[in-house]
Amino acid sequence: MEDTYTIMRVFAGSWGLVFMFLVFVVVILFTLRPGSRRVHQDTANIPFRHDDKPARAPLPGAQDAHLTEARQ
Amino acid sequence: MLDYVKLLILGLVAVLAAIAASYARDMIYMIHMILVMVTAAGLFLWQLRRTDEPVPAAVLEAEYMDGPVRVGVALTAFWGVVGFLVGVFIAFQLAFPELNFEWAQGYLNFGRLRPLHTSAVIFAFGGTGLLASSFYVVQRTSAARLWGGGLAWFVLWGYQFFILLAATAYVLGGTQGREYAEPEWYIDLWLTIVWVAYLLLFLGTLLKRKEPHIYVANWFYLSFIVTVAMLHVVNNLAVPVSIFGSRSVSLMSGVQDAMTQWWYGHNAVGFFLTAGFLGMMYYFIPKQAERPVYSYKLSIIHFWALIFLYIWAGPHHLHYTALPDWASTLGMVFSVVLWMPSWGGMINGLMTLSGAWDKLRTDPILRMMVTSVAFYGMSTFEGPMMSIRAVNSLSHYTDWTIGHVHSGALGWNGMITFGMLYYLVPKLWGKERLYSLRMVSWHYWLATIGIVLYAASMWVTGIMEGLMWREVDAQGFLVNSFADTVAAKFPMYVVRGLGGTMFLGGALIMSYNLWMTVRKGAAKADTTVAAPAE
Repeated sequence: MEDTYTIMRVFAGSWGLVFMFLVFVVVILFTLRPGSRRVHQDTANIPFRHDDKPARAPLPGAQDAHLTEARQ
Repeated sequence: MLDYVKLLILGLVAVLAAIAASYARDMIYMIHMILVMVTAAGLFLWQLRRTDEPVPAAVLEAEYMDGPVRVGVALTAFWGVVGFLVGVFIAFQLAFPELNFEWAQGYLNFGRLRPLHTSAVIFAFGGTGLLASSFYVVQRTSAARLWGGGLAWFVLWGYQFFILLAATAYVLGGTQGREYAEPEWYIDLWLTIVWVAYLLLFLGTLLKRKEPHIYVANWFYLSFIVTVAMLHVVNNLAVPVSIFGSRSVSLMSGVQDAMTQWWYGHNAVGFFLTAGFLGMMYYFIPKQAERPVYSYKLSIIHFWALIFLYIWAGPHHLHYTALPDWASTLGMVFSVVLWMPSWGGMINGLMTLSGAWDKLRTDPILRMMVTSVAFYGMSTFEGPMMSIRAVNSLSHYTDWTIGHVHSGALGWNGMITFGMLYYLVPKLWGKERLYSLRMVSWHYWLATIGIVLYAASMWVTGIMEGLMWREVDAQGFLVNSFADTVAAKFPMYVVRGLGGTMFLGGALIMSYNLWMTVRKGAAKADTTVAAPAE
């Protein structure tokens, strides 16, 4: 029976490491997925809306957000 | 109903603090308990006077909650000046030891003032700046008012009370001796309560956001809040000697204790001074440049890479110690890998100006922000280099480390916070513009030249000192005594003090400028401007 430290340390250096690395890779790949450009462009423009007042109603969706802004 | 609960809690706290003060085993504990008692009793009276007063909640929802941001912004400038002033004083204490006055021994000597300086600039100046800016940014990017009614006020003033307790403890000698985590157990407990409230406030606001997505600045702010909570709790695991005394004993001992401390210490840099301030960068640079961030994809990758890598870098503070080699190698490797996301983030910040570089010529605020990002890049290049074991064997324990820290703290954290203050003050007080742009330019150049003097003198003195320490003669004897290195450092210490004085002078000019903006600035013609057609 090994001590707790060794068990934790071996797990962290093998399966733990693989798991963390995979999560990281998946996150990066998901960010670079095709078709994310529109969403990202819209999100990047968030600071330029609602500078003075909170929004009244929830925006319908990411794609229509700039239309909502224009209607105000 | 809530008002009565508040009254009950405040009354109980006041009574318990009074009991604790009377049983106190040491002076610091007694002074703090009296402070708690007076504060709680005062708040009790204040709360009593406004109990059962009607609050028009529905009307408030249509407005942003900017009161705490205004107070926070003013406090940030105040703490900045205080922190820099203490810094300049202790810099001259190192150059001229006579400034450790005999009559103030045990209160105002270097050893007592040094934690006061570090905590004043990091936690008081930086922390209050982060609180205020995060309150502002999360509302604007969520298009929602802060959640939780008056919770933001509790977080802001609760944090200030934490600063008050910590600062008084340092001067009186109440410390648990952990770098950047000096406050004793009961102050730590108080900060935990405030921080959980901060997390709830931030999450609550994000949850009721009207935008479909969470803007990247909020990710950085949120990671800063969550990680600092985790770091703070684990690093401060301690057993109080007595519930009526300020002393405590760390739960861990030996190398585990050291590793926990530097896991905390480095991630305080990584998540307090980097992630939090990156939140500022990703909001205020696009706003000031009037264009969205260069690459939103890159900002997401920047975020995740930083989160996944930073947490492992701590062991590089413990090269050539009892720490196992594998751990210090791990810390070193992750520190070097960190260079990539850091520079990715820097490029993202700088390239946000692509197509608008001409603004740098006319806009000193933008110049300040861009300089801060440049310093972010420089210090995140220097840091990984210093974490390499061979370099560290020269740089560790020398003033090079101090120079590195200050190029990051003054250059990156300081400059981005100044930019944030210059952006926010006219907005928050409904002013057309700042009182004086020339003063901003003066501040900019004083601060920049001050940092250059500071960093350059510390490089020289650090490398010199490192080389002098390791110099051996043909017989293998050390050539220099420690006092020789101290004597050799004198000119550089004076230059460093001058650099700090210039930086402080810049901050004073800024404070005057911001004050006059609020007092004398022309009011904005019409605050309810229609959204421009796109």
